[in-house]
Amino acid sequence: MTNQTPVIELKNVKKSFGPVEVLRDVNFSVRAGEVTALVGDNGAGKSTLIKGLAGIQPYDQGTILFEGKPVELTNPRQSSEMGIDVVYQDLALCDNLDIVHNMFLGREEANAGILDEGHMESKAANTLTSLSVKTVKSVRQKVARLSGGQRQTVAIARAVLWNNKVVILDEPTAALGVAQTEQVLQLVRRLADAGKAVIIISHNLQDVFAVADRIYVLYLGKMTAAVKKSETNQADIVGYITGAKTQEMDA
Amino acid sequence: MSNQNTIQTGNEGSFLDAGRNYINRVKGGETGSLPALLGLVILATIFAVANPIFLKPINFANLLTQTATVTTLAMGLTFVLLLGEIDLSAGVTAGLSAAFLAITMSEYGVAWPIAAVIAILLGMMIGFLIGILVAKVGIPSFVVTLAAFLAFQGLQLVVVGKGGLIGIDAPPILAIMNTPMPIIFGWILLVVIVIIYLGTSIYTRIQRAASGQQNKPIGILVFRTIALVVIGIGFVSFLNLERGANPAVTSLRGVPYVVPIVLILLAAGTFVLNRTKFGRHVYAVGGNAEAARRAGIQVSRVRITVFMISSTFAGIAGILMASRQASVDAAAGRSIVLSAIAAAVVGGVSLFGGKGRLSDAVIGGFVIAVIDNGLGLIGLASGLNLAITGGVLLLAATADAITSRKSRTS
Ligand SMILES: Nc1ncnc2c1ncn2[C@@H]1O[C@H](COP(=O)(O)OP(=O)(O)OP(=O)(O)O)[C@@H](O)[C@H]1O
Ligand SMILES: [Mg+2]
Repeated sequence: MTNQTPVIELKNVKKSFGPVEVLRDVNFSVRAGEVTALVGDNGAGKSTLIKGLAGIQPYDQGTILFEGKPVELTNPRQSSEMGIDVVYQDLALCDNLDIVHNMFLGREEANAGILDEGHMESKAANTLTSLSVKTVKSVRQKVARLSGGQRQTVAIARAVLWNNKVVILDEPTAALGVAQTEQVLQLVRRLADAGKAVIIISHNLQDVFAVADRIYVLYLGKMTAAVKKSETNQADIVGYITGAKTQEMDA
Repeated sequence: MSNQNTIQTGNEGSFLDAGRNYINRVKGGETGSLPALLGLVILATIFAVANPIFLKPINFANLLTQTATVTTLAMGLTFVLLLGEIDLSAGVTAGLSAAFLAITMSEYGVAWPIAAVIAILLGMMIGFLIGILVAKVGIPSFVVTLAAFLAFQGLQLVVVGKGGLIGIDAPPILAIMNTPMPIIFGWILLVVIVIIYLGTSIYTRIQRAASGQQNKPIGILVFRTIALVVIGIGFVSFLNLERGANPAVTSLRGVPYVVPIVLILLAAGTFVLNRTKFGRHVYAVGGNAEAARRAGIQVSRVRITVFMISSTFAGIAGILMASRQASVDAAAGRSIVLSAIAAAVVGGVSLFGGKGRLSDAVIGGFVIAVIDNGLGLIGLASGLNLAITGGVLLLAATADAITSRKSRTS
């Protein structure tokens, strides 16, 4: 297990919408090579926490340390430049384009203004191969033709292609069947094993326990637990999520 | 160099496999402009049987000049339709550009090339305004361009004067639609087209091979090149036949000047859509604007540019229109936009965005022109003519709606 400086560390982060405090002095850290799960009931503030990291919705207060150095994250460009990529629940793929086009969307490679399709295609195929993806047959398939799991795979592979340090997945298995969930979870595991810091949001504790190294629990905007998977069990986590249990936290 | 990917590129297999894949894609709903092509063949057969004049060289040349304006407009509109937007003002923009062309030449004595550039720039500016209103202010394009459709009709009346008619007498402008090129130019045109086609195809193959990627079977390229050459030779020879009513007095043979103009627009537009980042972004925004935005694409810039392209094409269409009629009146361009939208949709461009090519618009333009021309030859009342064109548009839009729904729910 890795134990160096966290890639991202949040200290006393706050966020309110008008009078409603959605994040209250939240501490959170993610490490390279680990899958960090973020769990909590509906409305607990998970997506709000993630949106702050993505630069879509900056926090009101608090410190963000990236690789130990304080940084500002106030727009999506800043976070993507730092190597933080979010795979949203609705995936945000263009159905009318093929896998290569989607993986390179917005970052197409061109030669003297002419798209270099061969180069992009081989990079896309190599990325999928390096993730041991076996479910995708051809990189020139239209995304409209893919299953939910394959689409999730493409979205994750896109995050990998850009050599991101932090990959955030918002409910990646919510819409998937048993077999496809299994494949996506394996993929998530491989991302971490390849040295990336992975954050996964999920309501499915079985998935969380299958894949995560560390589990953070948000309860009404407060981080009520931060535990290693090896030191906890599902019943405890359910307790934290419902507010029946709390763990005294210190960063 | 070959790679060890187990993941395919879709280019594997033999020539026959490629054919089979194509058939499977068509069966799966990716028909492209195939229905329009089939429709074209059927319509042409019916009209040829009904009235032999339909197949005469003179009628074919007429058909080409008849369709050129609508097709040019339809190609521009395709860019807008690819975003799932619409431009109802394209026709009157063409009319206004035509009026500016006529007035700058006849009243201000401007030389024709400068007048033509002014007409095209006017179109581009109109597109910029529409684009700003749609992309930055956020008014639906239907409303913005409907407003422009009405406003420009008024402006046209003011510029041209009620019941007015401005003549065009610059010979080069008139030549575009009314004079054929010298016989040899048709053949040169064909050779240039074949060279460009082979050049870009071979460049693509080399580029792919350099990245270690599989190329399509060479047989496809050979097959397409032969088809292009055969069709091209047929086309040029046919247009090089004598079609003058009285050849002893005035001989009329050769490919009309408008043909290379339309082909250049088609090639340039297709290049932009298929080979450049901007083109890719057009398809992305049309497919899923939110995904495009999150991928860092500047969606409103794409929107504005697309309206500028549409209106620029409209400006060029205006010049063609002025050339064909040798004059511009107050109502110029008023009725043409619906034919152009029909052309694009009939050709296979989706009204829902993200799907379609410029060549679809050209093929669709032919279908619309053939209906118009053929029904005229049969001698049907012109009201019926409009009704049938409307019916064909509805049919194409229905097919579009059904295939779009199928791909969205699958
Ligand atoms: N833009 C906003 N304006 C006002 N309130 C908001 C906004 N975004 C989120 N909230 C509120 O903040 C709280 C936390 O929302 P958030 O989306 O972060 O929850 P979540 O943990 O992701 O829940 P879920 O599991 O349902 O996705 C909710 O009470 C929500 O109503
Ligand atoms: Mg959420």
